[in-house]
Amino acid sequence: MRTSASTRSAHPVAATGSVALLVATRKGAFMLKADKGRRTWKTAGPMFFGHIVHHMILDPRDRHTLLLAARTGHLGPSVFRSTDLGRNWKEAAKPPAFPKAGEGQKGRVVDHVFWLTPGHRDEPNVWYAGTSPQGLFRSEDGGDTWAPVSGFNDHPMYSRWTGGEQDGTPDGPKLHSIAIDPRDPRHLYIAMSSGGVFESTDMGAGWTPLNSGCSADFLPDPHPEYGHDPHCLRLHPIAPDILYQQNHCGIYRMERPSGKWVRIGASMPKRVGDIGFPMVLHPRDPAMAWVFPMDGTSVWPRTSPGGKPAAYVTRNSGRTWQRLDAGLPRSQGWFTVKRQAMSADAHDPVGVYFGTTSGEIWGSRNEGAKWSCLARHLPHIFAIEAAELGK
Amino acid sequence: MKILIPTPLRSYCGERQEVEADGATLEEVLADLDRRYPGIRFRMIDEQDAIRRHIRIFVNRDQVRTLDVPLRSSDQVIVLQALSGG
Repeated sequence: MRTSASTRSAHPVAATGSVALLVATRKGAFMLKADKGRRTWKTAGPMFFGHIVHHMILDPRDRHTLLLAARTGHLGPSVFRSTDLGRNWKEAAKPPAFPKAGEGQKGRVVDHVFWLTPGHRDEPNVWYAGTSPQGLFRSEDGGDTWAPVSGFNDHPMYSRWTGGEQDGTPDGPKLHSIAIDPRDPRHLYIAMSSGGVFESTDMGAGWTPLNSGCSADFLPDPHPEYGHDPHCLRLHPIAPDILYQQNHCGIYRMERPSGKWVRIGASMPKRVGDIGFPMVLHPRDPAMAWVFPMDGTSVWPRTSPGGKPAAYVTRNSGRTWQRLDAGLPRSQGWFTVKRQAMSADAHDPVGVYFGTTSGEIWGSRNEGAKWSCLARHLPHIFAIEAAELGK
Repeated sequence: MKILIPTPLRSYCGERQEVEADGATLEEVLADLDRRYPGIRFRMIDEQDAIRRHIRIFVNRDQVRTLDVPLRSSDQVIVLQALSGG
């Protein structure tokens, strides 16, 4: 399964700038900065100490603006913005919030902002946010004020697509993995746990489920139109007709215009399986992707199978997978890596990074061939984003 | 009237424990508080105008549960926040 030239939108060259890891944790945000060779890393922070930070993103359109989604255990959710790489922060004047319900009606309340995605490169001040419970929000002023994307949030099928509170993840159902087609700012994808993958071709005004071929084996009908549990959806940046997802029910790939997912995780070793949370794509080779499998048997421990952590890589669109565990614990390594906690830089060779719920950050500067621990003793890690800093 | 602010919200008002805000109801007082200290209201009151789960608001010694409570200028509003959890 090689990618045809017609599906590619650009051929970017490898990055050469400084790499930073933006780390969102249950007790604040941290930033790890690498030297030029990505051999040594310095940890800075915490920022927003004690706050629950679900995501921190560098705007790739200017490479100095950061957006951060935070709440505390008891205060309401908000979004913060820094234009100087985290030295100073300003809170959104109007954070993501559902509209006030009419008299006698039960309104929805944003519990936390879970996901942030910068808009299309031709829309420099646009950002999208995904929340728990499932909501999609858009800012057109760099993250200062947010408006609901009513085409999704108020869609007549919203309740059926998203299910009830019992259908979501233990800390609340989430809208995540907001992806924008680099060829067309009107073409959007989202994923929901629970709900499945959905697509809009009119900037969020209308939505259709995109789950054909994907299993939902926890439901009486294992192949429904919606109600799936995608853990992480990725759109390839230079081949945007190619989508990958790590789902509750395996690893999948789709090549448009087909609307059918193919389970590429079936070729993973049976003793490991193809369940996990994160998935990361090679920035230039659409046939190459990394996953970090977890134990999804019996009561779902969600830790590295057998206590032997490893990433797996495919270099041929999922036909075969290779185990990457050099440098990782050989035993008694019960890692849990959440859906936002794995990322890749754009250097050559690509640097791949992941963070664990036990507060360790591991990295490889050679595409997973050898791992080393970059930081430990951090709080529970929710998200890691590798970013190329501006000059 | 006087509003007592809990520690997690004091970053909005220059780390002050006690601030002033005006209004004839709790809703009006919180709106005035938010005008003076932008963003503070949404951290304790959700978009459906409900007091957030771990926030408690007292008028003098009485806990209030809605925002339509009438107030006098001599009243004192006390905002408390649970610090449970790990």
